[in-house]
Amino acid sequence: MAVGILRLHNLLAVVMLSGIYSLISACLFVTLDAVDVAFTEASVGGGIATVLMLATLGLTTDREKTGKGNLRLVPLAVVTITGAALIYGTLDMPLFGDPTAPIQQHVAPRYIEESPRATGIPNIVTSVLASYRGYDTMGELTVIFTAGIGVVLIMAGRRRRED
Amino acid sequence: MTNLPGLYNYWIVIVLMMTGFYVVIARGNLIKKIVGLNIFQTSVFILYISMGKIDGGTAPIIVADTGGAEVVYSNPLPHVLILTAIVVGIATTALGLALIVRIKEAYGTVEEDEIFAKDEQA
Repeated sequence: MAVGILRLHNLLAVVMLSGIYSLISACLFVTLDAVDVAFTEASVGGGIATVLMLATLGLTTDREKTGKGNLRLVPLAVVTITGAALIYGTLDMPLFGDPTAPIQQHVAPRYIEESPRATGIPNIVTSVLASYRGYDTMGELTVIFTAGIGVVLIMAGRRRRED
Repeated sequence: MTNLPGLYNYWIVIVLMMTGFYVVIARGNLIKKIVGLNIFQTSVFILYISMGKIDGGTAPIIVADTGGAEVVYSNPLPHVLILTAIVVGIATTALGLALIVRIKEAYGTVEEDEIFAKDEQA
């Protein structure tokens, strides 16, 4: 899928593929027990992002300039070397699904045991997001708000020039 | 070295991540760069979520009636972090796309090399 995005020159098809890619990753999140993340990815990644990109295509162009060599050697080398280094780094990582991995030992058991009693919410993800990390979520809203203002300002400047 | 098959989730992530990285640095089209950035982003999400997965675990929603059996929940923390990351990601994507629309109007193109060429002339 990702390779298809890499090779296609028709940007409309690229955007469609990236929407499908988002949906597939949402399914992957369900199988990895992250249902909340799957909802968000399907609606935000598969929905909003695709709509935004289609809108951008409508305002610009849906063809990528073709020609010149498809494969660039220097970026390919950089990517290969980085990937090899990262794979070497994974050799020390805990195994997939290992219940004794360090990530499972820290605060997660506490959240799982305490949060239903402390907050009364059966969904642990919700209780952590809205209760334990409420300020974090509020900061996230600030980020979205700032981005929204940014988009509005950029687009408003555009309309003024057209007049 | 006997552990190698158990690390496949990290390798999938790395392949996706490097594909996205390649799109970002090798492609001149700005919209395609944003799509590449999204691929990269999703690979990071998958990295976090797959680290929180426990074998035989279930989604971290408390089961009221377990029937006496011990229920294993997957780690909820990465889920929370990635929820935040997805939303912030769409915010940055939207901002990037808005900038692309403006660049298209100012330069008449969304190809990096043509933009550089116009900058040289100016």
